[in-house]
Amino acid sequence: MKEIRNRMKLEFESRSCNESFARTAVAAFAAQLDPTYEEVSDIRTAVSEAVTNCIVHAYRERVETVYITAEIRGERELVVRIRDKGCGIADIEQAMQPLFTTAPGEERAGLGFAVMQSLCDRVRVRSKPDAGTTVTLIKTLKLRQ
Amino acid sequence: MNAVPVAIDYLDETVYASLSGEIDHHTSRMLRAKIDDAVSRAVPQRLVMDFAHVTFMDSSGIGLIMGRYQQISVYGGRLSLSGLNTQQKKVMRLAGLDKLVDFETTGGEAHEGNPQQNEAGV
Repeated sequence: MKEIRNRMKLEFESRSCNESFARTAVAAFAAQLDPTYEEVSDIRTAVSEAVTNCIVHAYRERVETVYITAEIRGERELVVRIRDKGCGIADIEQAMQPLFTTAPGEERAGLGFAVMQSLCDRVRVRSKPDAGTTVTLIKTLKLRQ
Repeated sequence: MNAVPVAIDYLDETVYASLSGEIDHHTSRMLRAKIDDAVSRAVPQRLVMDFAHVTFMDSSGIGLIMGRYQQISVYGGRLSLSGLNTQQKKVMRLAGLDKLVDFETTGGEAHEGNPQQNEAGV
């Protein structure tokens, strides 16, 4: 386990207007690693996908609480956990399949997990029906020359 | 609340929707309502969505495009996307959108000509 060099916690109501706040806050925390423009864009997009999942799928648009912790581990590793206490995911493998969505009427593309996986080094999902879901995004930022 | 970040122009059987700012689940609902209203009023042969002034987009943007493709298809029209940057094109190809819609190489077409009407929502 790499040494945790810095850590922050965030909690906010699951209102869609907070999606922008959440991704901007995590990107601001990651700024101390001097990320590239592309890395900032990747982090913002992955966090936005995970937070949107909490709002749309976990809480079904009810106003509850979304919890985020972010850590800097070792020299360049960013670990972001996005947690909800919503409906949970019965079949995680199915939920991570591209184009799968439980909200087709909302014009969801079903690409949230596929986008997170394509932008991060690792994505871990832990979930229990009726208890909630924790998505962990892990990304090692490049060393700047 | 916030104004809808899209400007709508009509020209030659085409509806131009110039999007701006950040497209996520929150803003895409407002964008969807505004664009659908314009398309249902004009029943155009073509809808052009311009992304030249979009500063952020997650997969909600893909859902927005797929929904507008379905809507314009009902009227027998076509959907074109313009002003896309490399990263946006990459995500859209990942979703298979390049098989459904036309990617235009240049953006800003919505500002050309003399549009008959302008509904800037910003």
